[in-house]
Amino acid sequence: MGRRVAIVGTGQTYHKSHRPDVTSREMIYEAVTAALADADLTIRDIDAIVIGNMDHFESINYVDAYSVEGSGAFMKPIMKVSTGGTTGATVAIAAYYHVASGLFDRVLAIGFEKNSESDTTGAIITCSDAIWDRFSYSGAIPSLATEATAYMEKYGATQEDAALVGERDRNHALNNPYAHLQRPLTVADIMASPMLAYPIKLGDICPRSDGACAVVLAADGIAQKIASRPAWFKAAAVRHTYTWFGDSTDYNQGLVSMQRASKDAYRQAGIRNPVEELDVAELYLPYTWAGLKWIEDIGFCGPGEAARFVGDRNTHMGGKLPVNPSGGVISTNCIGATALLRVAEAAIQVMGKGGKRQVPDVKNALATGFGGCFWSDVVILGSERP
Amino acid sequence: MDKTAIVGVAQTKYERRKKDQIFADLVFDVTRAALDDAGLALDDIDSVVTVSNDFFDGRTISGMSVGDASGGQDKNISTVSGDGAFGAFYGLMRVLSGYQATIVVAHYKGSEGDVKITTNGMFDPIFHRHLGIDAISAAALQANAYMHRYGIQEEEFAEVSVKNHGNAKNNPYAQLPMDITVADVMKSRKIAEPLKLLDCGPVSDGAAAVIIANEKIAARTKKKPVWIRGVAHCCEGYLLGDRDLASPVALAEAAKKAYAMAGIKNPTKEIDVAEVLEPYSYMEPLWLEGLGFCKPGEGGKQIGRGITTMGGKLPVNPSGGALSANPILVGGLARLIEAALQVRGEAGARQVKKVETALAHGFNGPCGQSHCVWIVGGKK
Repeated sequence: MGRRVAIVGTGQTYHKSHRPDVTSREMIYEAVTAALADADLTIRDIDAIVIGNMDHFESINYVDAYSVEGSGAFMKPIMKVSTGGTTGATVAIAAYYHVASGLFDRVLAIGFEKNSESDTTGAIITCSDAIWDRFSYSGAIPSLATEATAYMEKYGATQEDAALVGERDRNHALNNPYAHLQRPLTVADIMASPMLAYPIKLGDICPRSDGACAVVLAADGIAQKIASRPAWFKAAAVRHTYTWFGDSTDYNQGLVSMQRASKDAYRQAGIRNPVEELDVAELYLPYTWAGLKWIEDIGFCGPGEAARFVGDRNTHMGGKLPVNPSGGVISTNCIGATALLRVAEAAIQVMGKGGKRQVPDVKNALATGFGGCFWSDVVILGSERP
Repeated sequence: MDKTAIVGVAQTKYERRKKDQIFADLVFDVTRAALDDAGLALDDIDSVVTVSNDFFDGRTISGMSVGDASGGQDKNISTVSGDGAFGAFYGLMRVLSGYQATIVVAHYKGSEGDVKITTNGMFDPIFHRHLGIDAISAAALQANAYMHRYGIQEEEFAEVSVKNHGNAKNNPYAQLPMDITVADVMKSRKIAEPLKLLDCGPVSDGAAAVIIANEKIAARTKKKPVWIRGVAHCCEGYLLGDRDLASPVALAEAAKKAYAMAGIKNPTKEIDVAEVLEPYSYMEPLWLEGLGFCKPGEGGKQIGRGITTMGGKLPVNPSGGALSANPILVGGLARLIEAALQVRGEAGARQVKKVETALAHGFNGPCGQSHCVWIVGGKK
């Protein structure tokens, strides 16, 4: 069995729509130096590096090789892991296995994206099969719009119910100095925003951001010496269920990958009642309906109950289980970093470093990644050494 | 390090164009064949690592195309974007972390891409890319630097091509088994000074799979387990102008670590066969120097001395290497599979006698920026 592993430092850039002042390599450097400073380490202390992004957003092949001067991988082992929107979570999980395996003691996980250098939808659309999926049903927004419509039809949820998720996250972002969109939105603002693909309006969906995130992981025995309150890995679960978008269209089943990944994660962490036992969740919610439907799949409430659960402000700051104190993906979305930011923000909450966005006394924090063909990753971090 | 082993391997035949198979078809075939080779069922596999690259596949999230085919749909699956030797490294780390068996699959269809464009994408977008530099022209710079440093003649590189294409005649998976002479290589079409057509690996399609398992699973597999004794990787600087291209320092560092893990003190004596990734002829001797098999500048003399030929003290690339089949990314995994087959004694006509310990190697980035070295053996 592997070693116990904890997060001992995090770093991120101040996210923006455009960073013409830096290359992606320089942006990575900003996040890495911040993470090392947070852990009070230097790059000499790092034994290995895992990096991830989505190639077609910057059009750089082999970013593990390209990024060396920014990542600090000079004469060190570096590996690139890339799985679409879930990339950041799979980078964190790969770094976790680097340490758990016993081969490396201190590992740096890096996610980044410079979306301003790309045509985001033009790049995403090539993820689906060139013959069967690409021309009929592809890109991020159409598939999510279909999912949202099916959810509204099944449970009678309204566009206003979903907009409350957006209002919540955009308000939470005001507490996070790193968040990209720092202008609050109300339900009325979202309802009045331009329609993109029914029922998704501009205010319902994530932006595209430039930014990077880095996280330092360390092994049991070392982590305690680096951080006074390390964030211990209690679970890492991955389900990348589908290959074909056509297989993912039975929306009545719910988000199958999230159901399976969260079940696996709760088993690993010994969690029976997530709402009672978790103190905060940083969820990869790229659009507002995800904040309803997917919290049912993750077991925060029963099927069809999410509109009420969110409406009763259980997921707002001060609620039973605050979701996305950082402002979430709806406020910041540098794609290859997005899921790593969820893990980093969960770690920040466990470590008590959240500043204005800190939830009091966090013992267990959950982070998710979403991407690919309706895929989900779940990480649970805790303050107690498992 | 806990005991872990390679318990199943599979490769497709490497061909110029596999017109009738998409990525998923290729990966499905090697997944099933690797399971059969190990005598395991899909249920025995609890972790999956796929290897692919969005540039080469022309697809973003390229791992998505092979999730079903690799058996990963309800398992912990991830994708390493890089050479298969690195993918296998991630597979190993998962087993060391508690998974019982990881399957690692890699695919590549050179027939569906333009390697000039995709490898031009490796270079700095502001300062270098517009010069038109790609993997081949960068390799040519490295070959020149290497020749200039040690006064090496092109014929020494040509001998590598002759040897490896000849070895490929013993490998049913190889794409280009050929009887050629140094003169044939020398008079083949110039690609980028000093590299000629026969100094360069071909465009290939193919896939490969490896199953890495813990001791418990290895005890019940069909074939003799091939134990993992040492593995390490290391990356050097990015800009070619910042690097000493004639001195593969990252390879030397990775080899040093892998040898230390495996308890190897004298690699030339203790390693019986090596499979190194050499898509260009000059790379084999240069990598032999980085791996510590000979002194700097002497890599090209090993064939003439009869050391790296079949029947020599250290046969290198009995499979024919990447010069004889060059599916990028699959390359390092194919080297590891060939090393495993040598340890098993199942390499058929390309079998080296009495292999106890074998070395496999793969790399990422231009001119071998990041190297991964594996040592596998028959003894637990």
